[in-house]
Amino acid sequence: MSVLQFMLQNRGQVFELTLEHLWMVGVSTLYAILVGIPLGILIAHRPVFNKPVLAGANIIQTIPSLALFGFLLPLPWLGERADRLAILALTLYALLPIIRNTYTGIRGIEPAVLEAGRGMGLTEMQLLTQVELPLAVSVILSGVRTAVVISIGLATIAAAIGAGGLGEFIFRGLAMVDNRVIFAGAIPAAALALLADLGMGSLERHLQPR
Amino acid sequence: MTFCPTRPNHPWCPESARRLFGYQVAQSSNEVGELHIVQYAERMQETAPDPAIEFKEVSYAIGGEPLLRSFSLLVHPGEILVLLGRSGSGKTTSLKLINRLVSPSSGEILVHGMPNSQTDLIQLRRGIGYVIQDVGLFPHLTVEKNIALVPRMQGWTAERIRARIQQMLKLVGLSQEMGSRYPHQLSGGQRQRVGVARALAADPEIVLMDEPFGALDPLTRDELQREFLSLQKELRKTVVFVTHDLREAMLMGSRIALLEAGKLVVVLNPREFLHSDDPLASAYVRAFGDGLESIANRGES
Repeated sequence: MSVLQFMLQNRGQVFELTLEHLWMVGVSTLYAILVGIPLGILIAHRPVFNKPVLAGANIIQTIPSLALFGFLLPLPWLGERADRLAILALTLYALLPIIRNTYTGIRGIEPAVLEAGRGMGLTEMQLLTQVELPLAVSVILSGVRTAVVISIGLATIAAAIGAGGLGEFIFRGLAMVDNRVIFAGAIPAAALALLADLGMGSLERHLQPR
Repeated sequence: MTFCPTRPNHPWCPESARRLFGYQVAQSSNEVGELHIVQYAERMQETAPDPAIEFKEVSYAIGGEPLLRSFSLLVHPGEILVLLGRSGSGKTTSLKLINRLVSPSSGEILVHGMPNSQTDLIQLRRGIGYVIQDVGLFPHLTVEKNIALVPRMQGWTAERIRARIQQMLKLVGLSQEMGSRYPHQLSGGQRQRVGVARALAADPEIVLMDEPFGALDPLTRDELQREFLSLQKELRKTVVFVTHDLREAMLMGSRIALLEAGKLVVVLNPREFLHSDDPLASAYVRAFGDGLESIANRGES
């Protein structure tokens, strides 16, 4: 029985696990955007916070994902449900590219544009919303894109703590020493990553300031 | 006669004495002997109006290094005051002190008679046009939107803004189709025209220009200088203009303030500057050589 046949036979489960996977990645990316973009804006404007924030996000990246899932397990409330844990861990991993790109995008704006804006009497808030963010949006999006692609891969490991997602197939396949089962999780995960990359890429080009 | 200073209406007080003490004599014949008493100080103001901008003993230092040292200067309404000096002389800093892009270490700057540290920062800046060498047009906004920015923030109606955009494009010699273009689709000269239009859009009384034509090729620069001068004849803005080019200073300036190492050296009109005894001023004149005379004279006419 080939991989495709196996996937077709279990299409209900493939579909369900894909949705679970997307849910984890989507929610964690949303949280990472909500936290990461403000942090990126903060460090672009207040250089004092630059080092600690980026160092923190970097350190998180160095923790092996399996270990991070394990570390979070004993936490109250979070530990009760595996998907909460998985979402928290994925959020933490997604922070670095989003923070860094927000910072880079804002710092990359031509100083003359900002000086003209200030000189014309834009408040700092207007400067941020009407000049800095629109000009940095494509760089920020490319950070989000990186974060999403990484998350889709990482989310497969969440199955190790029972959070579900396409990793279920992979871990089951490993235990059964059955490559078809492993592929049934790996192929959709790879396809998701590719699609997300393409979609975000075109969105990025669309929003590119001139 | 002795009553005159206090009682100018007294019949014994001769007209000449009334004038002497600063009272105006009525011109109309049906009000014989009646005086419109105008205080002397008030009359003096007509001849020397309030300065639009005043630097009072301003010093500015950054990291312990003084960039401007007890700098005092008056800018009169309707004039183009040129700040001339080499790079690092403090001319750009003085300009930025006016719209508070930087704040002085000591001293104060009065704008329309008010210390600019006490006026609302945002309103202060919106009331002052600002043009810089690198133009600083917003690359993500069309020409129209760049021009409309300050009026929009000041809450003008859409109709008034649209009319103003058309008026401004015409004023700086750009066709209406240019309005929908993006800055990257314009030439350097066109971009700086938009920069000027944007600075003038909300009709500020004061315009600050920091080497606005410095990055342009000589022909375009010449064109824009002349066009700005004829514009200025109409608009009568108070302009503070920074340059290191004496030719430009001679052409544009009603008066030239020469700066060196953070100090004001002299303030002279272009003709005086040409014949100044000041060693630095004459060094400038020597460095720029022939042809200044005709520029200075053209500026006068």
